[in-house]
Amino acid sequence: MASKHSSSSQVYKFEPINVGRWLIWGLFALVLISAPLVFTSSLGQMILTQMGIVIIICLSYNILLGQGGMLSFGHAVYSGLGSFVAMHTLNAITAGSFLLPVSLVPLVGGLAGLFFAALFGSVTVKTAGTPFAMITLGIGELIWAMSLIFPGFFGGEAGVSGNRIAGSSSFGITFGPQIQLYYLSAFYLFICTALMFAFTRTPLGRILNAVRDNPERVEFVGYDTERVRYIAFMVAGFFAGIGGAIAALHFEIVTSENVSGARSTVYLLWTFLGGATFFFGAIIGGVMAVLAFVMFSELTKAWLLYLGLLFLFMVMYAPGGFAGLIMMNLRVAAFGFLRKLWVSYLALGVTAMVALLGASVMIEMIYHLQFDGALGDELKFLSMTFNAKNFDIWFGSGFLMLTGLGLFELCRKQFLQEWGEIQEDIENEIKRRQALS
Amino acid sequence: MSYALELKDLRKNFGQTEIIRGVNLAVKAGERVAIIGPNGAGKSTLFNLISGRFAPTSGDVFLNGTQLKGKKPFEINRMGLSRSFQITNIFPKLSVFENLRCGLLWSLGYKYTFFKFLADLDDANARTDELMEMIKLDNKRDVLAVNLTYAEQRALEIGITIAGGANVILLDEPTAGMSKSETTRFIRLIKEVTVGKTLLTVEHDMGVVFGLADKIAVLVYGEVIAFDTPEAVRSNALVQEAYLGSPDQQDQAGGH
Amino acid sequence: MCASFFVIMEFFTISLLNSISYGLLLFMLSSGLTLIFSMMGVLNFAHASFYMLGAFFAFTIAKLIGFWPALILAPVLVGLIGAGFERYFLRKVHALGHVPELLITFGLAFLLLELVQLIWGRTSVDYRIPPELDGPLFTVYGTQFPIYKAFMMMMALLMLASVGWLIKRTRIGLVIQAALTHPETVEALGHNVPRVFMLVFGGGAALAGLAGVIGGNAFVTEPGMAAAVGPVIFVVVVVGGLGSLAGAFLASLLIGIVQTFSVGIDASLLSALASMNMVLTPDTFGYQVLSLKVSQIAPIMPFLFLVLILIFRPKGLMGKREG
Repeated sequence: MASKHSSSSQVYKFEPINVGRWLIWGLFALVLISAPLVFTSSLGQMILTQMGIVIIICLSYNILLGQGGMLSFGHAVYSGLGSFVAMHTLNAITAGSFLLPVSLVPLVGGLAGLFFAALFGSVTVKTAGTPFAMITLGIGELIWAMSLIFPGFFGGEAGVSGNRIAGSSSFGITFGPQIQLYYLSAFYLFICTALMFAFTRTPLGRILNAVRDNPERVEFVGYDTERVRYIAFMVAGFFAGIGGAIAALHFEIVTSENVSGARSTVYLLWTFLGGATFFFGAIIGGVMAVLAFVMFSELTKAWLLYLGLLFLFMVMYAPGGFAGLIMMNLRVAAFGFLRKLWVSYLALGVTAMVALLGASVMIEMIYHLQFDGALGDELKFLSMTFNAKNFDIWFGSGFLMLTGLGLFELCRKQFLQEWGEIQEDIENEIKRRQALS
Repeated sequence: MSYALELKDLRKNFGQTEIIRGVNLAVKAGERVAIIGPNGAGKSTLFNLISGRFAPTSGDVFLNGTQLKGKKPFEINRMGLSRSFQITNIFPKLSVFENLRCGLLWSLGYKYTFFKFLADLDDANARTDELMEMIKLDNKRDVLAVNLTYAEQRALEIGITIAGGANVILLDEPTAGMSKSETTRFIRLIKEVTVGKTLLTVEHDMGVVFGLADKIAVLVYGEVIAFDTPEAVRSNALVQEAYLGSPDQQDQAGGH
Repeated sequence: MCASFFVIMEFFTISLLNSISYGLLLFMLSSGLTLIFSMMGVLNFAHASFYMLGAFFAFTIAKLIGFWPALILAPVLVGLIGAGFERYFLRKVHALGHVPELLITFGLAFLLLELVQLIWGRTSVDYRIPPELDGPLFTVYGTQFPIYKAFMMMMALLMLASVGWLIKRTRIGLVIQAALTHPETVEALGHNVPRVFMLVFGGGAALAGLAGVIGGNAFVTEPGMAAAVGPVIFVVVVVGGLGSLAGAFLASLLIGIVQTFSVGIDASLLSALASMNMVLTPDTFGYQVLSLKVSQIAPIMPFLFLVLILIFRPKGLMGKREG
């Protein structure tokens, strides 16, 4: 949980020893290769492919947000335009007017993303901070509005569709079957992740961090911050374009929704929830994004409302996202103090559940009355049936929610106190170890 | 004779108010100059003008003979001038090592490279290690800058300032907020790390000034009313009147 | 020849009046946004959501009690919500920097959208102009100018005049002005600066809510209205220069004029060339762009403005403070 001590996570980036590094990347490759063997259904493989797409785009977004401190509300412009260009390329391949193996279409998307990032980035990075965010919003709206005006490129309301079985196929691989497309996306995912990770360890990557922390100082060590941000913008656009192109291949249709503000919001939301301060946070975010969309939306119609509440909560209390929470707790565990917290965590969990139960009953009832009213007043929720107009239930769930919230707040204060003490203990332990060495 | 830093009739207005009113100053290479003056005299503004943060209303700054008119801060820095800040201006979420390395990447020619790994830049890493030792923070290599003590952060600030090997260093109230003992140690550090460089520092602590500077420039209401050796400035009547107060007060503040 | 002159004059006058009323509405929204930004350094992403809330509250209150009570109650409700948000949510992230502040107001916008959809549904609601304000005020060259548009303009000017008076002539206004640039000093003098922040945020929200009460029935009241007007007012404040009320005023009118006029112009570069006896065929390169009517690109006018300003004057028309 965030507190004044949260910034004292020891290491900004994970720097395992060399063997560890090979191990992690090897494990990553192994997971990518074996995943479809575990999830053999077509649906499962579709979900995996979608995760790959969103992870690439979220990682590219995190170059801006987490590394550069640049909050963009219009990232879907670059992934979306990558999608459109990729789709047109695909159609050109089908028509025979362009020779390119389908497996290289993502690169075309990447180049498109790069081109448009170079074009729009040139004016966007003239500002920083809040104006920058507003300009990305404005350009996002501009492109989205243009997508409705130029049906030639954007396909109008129907969008642009295509067939990914196009051109010549080698070794009988057409990328028609989902599993083949999955492995293509997994390949690009691995390469892109590796490249973007490498980027964080280059001079430009580090200076980008410095620009995030203190742009004024960076000028005084010889760097043109505008230029730094411009290059980073283009790198992010490139990888976003690759992700967008794979999306075009996967869905075989691209519409104006792909460049919409709503889409940009999705990337922003999940990159932040995953954790912008750590590289792998965007990976977590990408996975959660697809899982939430596929599974959570089945669970309850109000899932966007819950998402909004979760987002608000995380911004206030856990701005490092899930990755930040994991890392902070790992650090505590490394010093052996984690077991001191289990009572607190349990209390927090229970009170949160109580509050959530009360709130969700009310939300579900409102949803039912609002949208399913024609079906009658009864609704099923959590394997219970109750009448949505029953005042007792309203009162009960409201009471439950408020009590849960009150108790949660109490537990949270207690938790913060314990957390603070543990942080101090860790600091002392570090000093003790330093004195010995 | 060419000067390391020359200010010619420098003026700066903010709206209707004239803050800097025609400053003329010529600093030789390797000189250590302290700029003193009452609050509001415009010392920080002067620094901001020299380092390119503000553009002068009129007049010029020359660095090693080259005019600095219209140049952006990063251009001026690349020409060999570096500055520190009164309010600590470091990279809070980076470690001590990273802070210092960022300070010297450009000077070693790495520019906007993103196809080389930082870990492979031996010269940068070696020089950063050297710097860490110089500013005596080598035992805090991986500590995040935000977790350092105030004095350590000020030392890091100096470290970043000199990292790029600039020849003209501007230090804006380096010892602000420090205790007497911290100040003494810090002045020794400054002397060590700026050997052979041209140094301009804004200071309020007279003890520091008289112990560190070859020459003192007295800035009052945006004008330099005296620019001379410490002893000469001490006995300059104008300066006494404007700033140092009566001879008794001077002896109490007194230098080393 | 005489006839076309009158047609043009009619178009010009009506469009001008419409632009001013639209521009004033934009200014009502962007002024609240600018005040909050100048005071607290945070750009309230949820500002358009307060506009939406005002409209929906007014709809429900008007149905229950009537339009005129709604005119007072709805903005007050929205203001209370804004103040509550500042006190219990925004304040907590204030110390973390501008990005978290923007993110939390973004989260609020997201949440408010979902809540509005939950309570009032996903389609537009029938929020109507009250019958006493319905109808034409005067007729110019054959087109009617509605009473309600005049009412809108009057309300906007009244509101802005009173806010201006409040800030320049009352004690609380002086405190606000001082806290704008020197919050610590003001606090040291004994004023409760956090309470001032809460007041300003709540006040800005109330202004946006009032704009919603007035504009919601003139235009459409639906959950998508926040997303429709939000980007436009952000463009207004960036084009005008972040932190500048005069700039916001200028930009509001400018964008109001440009958008309103362009909606009515059905000419395109193609037709302009045609009038010069240059007829082009669909095979000509760029035909698609040339055949675009000005009215078709009306929606993107504000954003084109944005790009132009960024190229030629990144700080905005009258920009002062950077984000």
